[in-house]
Amino acid sequence: MKNPIQSLSLAIVAAFLALLPLVLPSFYTGLLSLILIFAIFAMSLDILQGYTGLPSLGHAAFLGTAAYVVGVLNVKVFKGCSFGVELISGVFSAAVVAALLGLIVLRSREVYLLMILMASSMMLWGIAFKWRSLAGGDDGLPGISRPNFNLIGWNLASTTHFYYFVLLFFIISAILMYLVVHSSFGHTLLGIRESETRMQSLGYNVWLQKYIAFIVSAIFAGLSGVLLAYYNGFVSPSEFHLVTSAEGLIMVILGGAGTLIGPAIGAAIILLVKNFVSGYTEHWMIILGAIYIFTVMFAPQGVYRLFKQLLQKWRPIWKPL
Amino acid sequence: MEAHLEALVVENLSKHFGGLSALEGVSFRVDPGERLAIIGPNGAGKTTLFQILSGMITPSSGRIFAFGKDITKWSAHRRAALGIGRTFQITNLFLKLTVLDNILLAMEASGLARFNLLRPVSSYKDLHSQAEKILRQWGMWDRRDIPVRSLSYGEQRQLEIILTLSQNRSLLLLDEPTCGLSPEEAKSFVSTIRSFPRNFTILLIDHDMDVTFEIAEKVLVLHFGEVLAFGSPEEVKGNSQVQEIYMGRDDESS
Amino acid sequence: MVFIITQIINGIVFGMLLFLLAAGLTLMLGVMRIVNLAHGSYYLLGGYIGYSIAKLTNNFFLACLGGLLAIGILGMFIYKTILEKRFAREALAQVLITFGMLLIISDLCRWIWGGTPLAIPKPKMLEGVIHLGEIVFPVYRLAVIIIGALITIFLWWFQERTKYGAIVRAGVDDEEMTQAIGINISLVKTLIFSMGALLAGFAGVVGGPFVGLSIGLDMEILLLAIVVVIIGGMGSLWGALVSALLIGLVDSFGKSLVPELSIFTIFAAMVIVLAIKPSGLFGTK
Repeated sequence: MKNPIQSLSLAIVAAFLALLPLVLPSFYTGLLSLILIFAIFAMSLDILQGYTGLPSLGHAAFLGTAAYVVGVLNVKVFKGCSFGVELISGVFSAAVVAALLGLIVLRSREVYLLMILMASSMMLWGIAFKWRSLAGGDDGLPGISRPNFNLIGWNLASTTHFYYFVLLFFIISAILMYLVVHSSFGHTLLGIRESETRMQSLGYNVWLQKYIAFIVSAIFAGLSGVLLAYYNGFVSPSEFHLVTSAEGLIMVILGGAGTLIGPAIGAAIILLVKNFVSGYTEHWMIILGAIYIFTVMFAPQGVYRLFKQLLQKWRPIWKPL
Repeated sequence: MEAHLEALVVENLSKHFGGLSALEGVSFRVDPGERLAIIGPNGAGKTTLFQILSGMITPSSGRIFAFGKDITKWSAHRRAALGIGRTFQITNLFLKLTVLDNILLAMEASGLARFNLLRPVSSYKDLHSQAEKILRQWGMWDRRDIPVRSLSYGEQRQLEIILTLSQNRSLLLLDEPTCGLSPEEAKSFVSTIRSFPRNFTILLIDHDMDVTFEIAEKVLVLHFGEVLAFGSPEEVKGNSQVQEIYMGRDDESS
Repeated sequence: MVFIITQIINGIVFGMLLFLLAAGLTLMLGVMRIVNLAHGSYYLLGGYIGYSIAKLTNNFFLACLGGLLAIGILGMFIYKTILEKRFAREALAQVLITFGMLLIISDLCRWIWGGTPLAIPKPKMLEGVIHLGEIVFPVYRLAVIIIGALITIFLWWFQERTKYGAIVRAGVDDEEMTQAIGINISLVKTLIFSMGALLAGFAGVVGGPFVGLSIGLDMEILLLAIVVVIIGGMGSLWGALVSALLIGLVDSFGKSLVPELSIFTIFAAMVIVLAIKPSGLFGTK
């Protein structure tokens, strides 16, 4: 299945991630949790964007839906955390949103699709923004409690323990998404990306394949939403916002669309830059905007591919070693 | 309407684009195993006809029957599943994917593999051995890991045909298959087609008259979207209208 | 009854404003396949520039002129330097670039004009109200309707009566083909983009007195303009007009009847239209 070098390097990365909290100050461990959460988000978007060729500016719709479902259940219904129910409800509702949206939206062509998805997610933002009674309006819903795992000795209030909680889900999702993308289903997505007409004339129901990809991608985006709700301890309409969707998209492109690892790297880069720059100036949005523009203009194939190309070039140097 | 004996029946097919009439009242039948060539000047409606037959565009009026079924309203992929295969005039392969990937995708189209979200492609041993068989047959096995866009043009055209063949389609629509091929490659193509067994029904559009008449058993002549003549190659060649409009260019000294 | 008429007029006023934005957006999409996410930012920036000019000169009409010229030039500059050659047809690339601009302009606006909402004072001659029977209505808003109508007529003339408009109608963007006919397609595209930007900037100033200028307005109005374009159909000016008025009315009635879910009513409208006709009311693709 996976070749041995790949498995080894992934194991090394996993070990590295597991050991990091031992050397990092607590603040950075917290940031790392956020990075892993958005890595899941970006990778899920890559399934659509990089593998199926369906770019989306509305991916935040799934993250936001799951986050809000968790928020509402946690704060209003259970008045505490019922993890199993919240997790499943969150992810399931994201899938439902995708199932409904997909019926209407997937018949449209590229540019249209982009805009319709964006409009749909912003619509949800608008609803969350205005709906005070249930969703807290523009103040959002604070007071989300983290899962209680005291029975196994985990106190998720601790930054480090929460990090391992997130890491666990990251590893599981990464493995699952990797499997999906390399499965025979995932193979058909590549075909769709390359030539939809060819796929149709080969006998594929292209719409159906896209629909499934859409829902699968939403499931993982929903998972990231659930984790985000616990991470922040609150949900706000910005979970649905175009800004979140666009950030996801730039993480995918910056990291490298269609590589799965790339978007995870992209998530790390964007969040680190945001964090770093906002410490120096309140005009970090200008820097971020400039990064968007420069990425598209000068590094559209993404950092991960760039890195692999450089490795190839320097092969003669390190191979004999 | 009973149409069980024929592989393809086209009944009064018309297609209008805005004010433009691309096809008008086109009717013809194709028996199973027959080789039908469709000829006509540029803009006569040949490619439009193929687009409609394969389900890429819908006709304005008329009906189509394939293997006895009324497929007029069927989607492209449903027709493909029925047995209609098509090659494209402009190479329409999965360029960034490898030769092997292209064949595998053609083979995964039927069956449940395409819905399996967790099982890796590499684990389908039977699909892989089938792909190997067909690629070896055509001498492309050692090119299997090369991305299609790196193949020569002739190899790409060949792959177009292999792709369709690997799917066991029984009605083949070949759209300008020799386009861009050298004379030797075109000759090789002709003998390949001639060697196809009779369970394949073939419709062919090709601007190369030599290729066309070496393969055709029946010829359909289109002119401004209408059927000008339909019959055996001799009948069509002998048709004065056809000669006037179209064949005058070709040096028929025989 | 008074209520209904007031809402209708409010709806038409807002619809006109949306049309100014949507017209440019839909033309950019139809002719050049450009998704300009910075369109709302053009509106906001134009409005802010107009505000500053109005403050400086006390002249509303100079403010309008300044707003539209500044944004028109900015649009032309951005198109020529970044969008035209390299990303003419790559939707995703344009989207991200224009989004980057949205972020930059948004931050710049907050930097220069601050975070508190501002409003442009109405021109003296358009202050006051008018009495239509029982209905009391601000003169300014009626003026907006008239301005909108004039611009609609101009755009209709442009599309139906000029050779440039013929290009727009045909949705043609093939360089060789149009140059053979003798029309400089590159000029047409630049013209359209600049005109779109110009209209957006103008709308920002015109809307200044009653919509105001605030952080987040760029996104809000971009969203509405995009919904208008989606419903109306990409590339269709008529579609943009009809659906802008429709959305304006829906928004107006929605806000007064079901304020918590007014966005939802617009969403519902979009979903219904798309379910029936995936390319929009007047869309052709």
